[in-house]
Amino acid sequence: MERNQMHTQVANTRKSLFDQGYLDDQFIQLEELQDSSNPNFVEEVVTLYYRDSARFLSNLDQALEKRPLDFSKLDNLMHQFKGSSTSIGAKKVKTECTHFRNYCSARNAEGCKRTFQNVKKEYTTLRKKLEAYFQMSRQVGPVETACQAR
Amino acid sequence: MMPGSSGGSWKSSGTGGAGGDGGVPDQFPAGLRVLVVDDDSTCLMILEKMLRHCKYEVTKCNRAEVALSFLRENKNGFDVVISDVHMPDMDGFKLLEHIGLEMDLPVIMMSADDSKSVVMKGVTHGACDYLIKPVRIEALRNIWQHVVRKRKHEWKDFDPSASADEQKQPEEPDYSSSANEGNNWKNTKRRKDEDDEADERDESSSLKKPRVVWSVELHQQFVAAVNQLGIDKAVPKKILELMNVPGLTRENVASHLQKYRLYLRRLSGSQHPGGMNAGFMGSDAGYGSISSLNGLDLQALAASGQLGQLPPQSLATLQAAALGRSNNAKSTISVPVIDQRNLFSFENPKSRYPEVQSQHLTSNNSSKQINLLPGIPTNMEPKQFVSLHQSGHHSFGGMNNLVLIQMGGQSQVHVHSQNQTQSQAQSNVNTHNVLRQPVMSNEMLTRGGVADMAPTAVYNPVVSVSQASSLVNFSMNHKTDSCGTSYPLGGSLGISSLPTASSALQGDGNLDTKVSRKGIVPSYDIFNDLNQNRDWGLPDVGLTFDQSPHTIQSGLDGSNPLLHQHNRASGRDLGGHNRNLTSGKVVLPPGVETRTRHNGSNVGQPRNVYVKTENDIDGSCHNTLYSEQYGQDDLLAAILKQQQQQQGVGEPENEFVFDGYTLDDLPV
Repeated sequence: MERNQMHTQVANTRKSLFDQGYLDDQFIQLEELQDSSNPNFVEEVVTLYYRDSARFLSNLDQALEKRPLDFSKLDNLMHQFKGSSTSIGAKKVKTECTHFRNYCSARNAEGCKRTFQNVKKEYTTLRKKLEAYFQMSRQVGPVETACQAR
Repeated sequence: MMPGSSGGSWKSSGTGGAGGDGGVPDQFPAGLRVLVVDDDSTCLMILEKMLRHCKYEVTKCNRAEVALSFLRENKNGFDVVISDVHMPDMDGFKLLEHIGLEMDLPVIMMSADDSKSVVMKGVTHGACDYLIKPVRIEALRNIWQHVVRKRKHEWKDFDPSASADEQKQPEEPDYSSSANEGNNWKNTKRRKDEDDEADERDESSSLKKPRVVWSVELHQQFVAAVNQLGIDKAVPKKILELMNVPGLTRENVASHLQKYRLYLRRLSGSQHPGGMNAGFMGSDAGYGSISSLNGLDLQALAASGQLGQLPPQSLATLQAAALGRSNNAKSTISVPVIDQRNLFSFENPKSRYPEVQSQHLTSNNSSKQINLLPGIPTNMEPKQFVSLHQSGHHSFGGMNNLVLIQMGGQSQVHVHSQNQTQSQAQSNVNTHNVLRQPVMSNEMLTRGGVADMAPTAVYNPVVSVSQASSLVNFSMNHKTDSCGTSYPLGGSLGISSLPTASSALQGDGNLDTKVSRKGIVPSYDIFNDLNQNRDWGLPDVGLTFDQSPHTIQSGLDGSNPLLHQHNRASGRDLGGHNRNLTSGKVVLPPGVETRTRHNGSNVGQPRNVYVKTENDIDGSCHNTLYSEQYGQDDLLAAILKQQQQQQGVGEPENEFVFDGYTLDDLPV
């Protein structure tokens, strides 16, 4: 039925997120933490992540506007942002963060700016995908992963 | 579960009730009380959830300062701390240091940064483990091992016999640095033992921390081993092998070595700017504040010169120091080096405050200056005092200054002021009456939450006064409530020659110093030999706590404060032993920090009270000691008075609580 189909759809969506490299194993860890006592844990964490990390991104934006660039500060900011992203399993975001930090150590301003754009892009893309995914899950109702509808 | 609440810290017990300390379920490691510190809210939330899944009791903080205050308020409220490395308000390593020094809890660092240098930094700062983010739940499941391990080490310092499974809580307090913590936990564990596998039981027994009492013989073995290897090459492992003492652990040796080095340094130099001369050194070691010693009648004592056999030079130095320094703010406890350095006061290596040491006590306010009268070979751990002062920050004043005052002609009084200045030490330690040196003020220890600082209980080595007990071992083992460890006074060491004085030192009064009145000296002599010229170049003796500062557990409660014979209190082991010296009140001058090693491995000291006093001090001995032994009644009186100020001398129990010990007054 639709329900089954929806379940399947949700499952497929989820799978594609992994296959396409948007999410990694850490995300599964989060899912495993989700249980009946906290059925929306993953979504809560992700929401929290997006809320907090917005701050890092704006700080990074500002720091990148300065001349000359303060690479160590950039590195610090990015380190924190990367840590956050890693903890939710945002794989592509993490990869771009690493590139950014490499450019930072090389003191390559152009490289930094470029990769930062990539970071933001991946960040936004992931956010959209996850939002869609969660919404779908909620509609489907309780599934194996216990994503319950609100 | 509170979703997404990342700010602040709250306790989220899986079982919905604040598990509370000690109220853990029987299913160890379930109920392990974890404090998580991370500025990243997302990570914090995830970690909390993971830990809860492991059935731990979690409290989260996103600020290091908040975490510290949490820890300080609930001394025994946590079993382990997990902290991020990069935090905006305080560096994770700094937090690690604080925790290690003050509370001696196992700390696990984590970071997204997996570069070798950072991981190495974690190791050197004493972190128990280092997790790379993103942290997986599997990694968290096993963190309980660090708690067990730490406890085990602590207990190992104790007498092996002490680690009986059934070890009762009462015993524990003596030894465990964080008695409560250990107790609670142990209780839990014990309970759990019933239903858990037998090995759990074993673990709990091993958790008991036996304190190693560094008896004279043991110390001699140690010194022989060190000499054999060469002081520069002496590493704990080899020393351990050479010594071949069953039941002795590498950690015991390590902490003892640290103290020893510190002691040597002190000896070798008063010139040793960096080293503290606290303790054994008689040479002008920082007597600095001798004069400043508040009211220390040490001077009087010194003047009387009758104290023991202070070598003229030591006296001179003392005097010079005293005068010269005047005021070194408490910490300058210059310990007159009695020619025999028998007391090795291993003051708590002030790992933390290296600078302090240099001053040999003269510096800053080491409140503890116990500088004991020139004539009195007080082994003050000047360093400790110094460090106390210097550090200003709560350093564990662990310096146990054992001021052993030798009463009576030959007796040497060694005042070991162990200043364990724990953050609080400052207040306590302050007056370190010369006599009472054992500065490990419990107070101090307790104060800053330094629970384990006490571990560094300085050995107040009570030098056995040849005469009957002229040795007044003031090693005060502070019995900090939390950690009795401060003095490693080997309670069991029979403090030889510590006349009742030992009790005096102990804040808690129970001086059951083992000092046997009989002329302790044997150990003392040994020490002398040992101590003499040993250049313990340990710059800052900080007993590395990592091992288990617990040893300092202030066993103070019971052990006779002063007279711990075993001066050897190796940092770790001292914890238990030194109690005798000044139980409880190791008043370490505020500045003095007994180093019991603070952060993970930091201070390792205080256990150095190597006072071996064989007198059997019956608790009250201190005061009485002095009067009896000292030929110089006045000296004693003076000293005692000081003590009394602190506690009301005269009582056997003493009180030599050096809480109010202001070194400045110590008249050197």
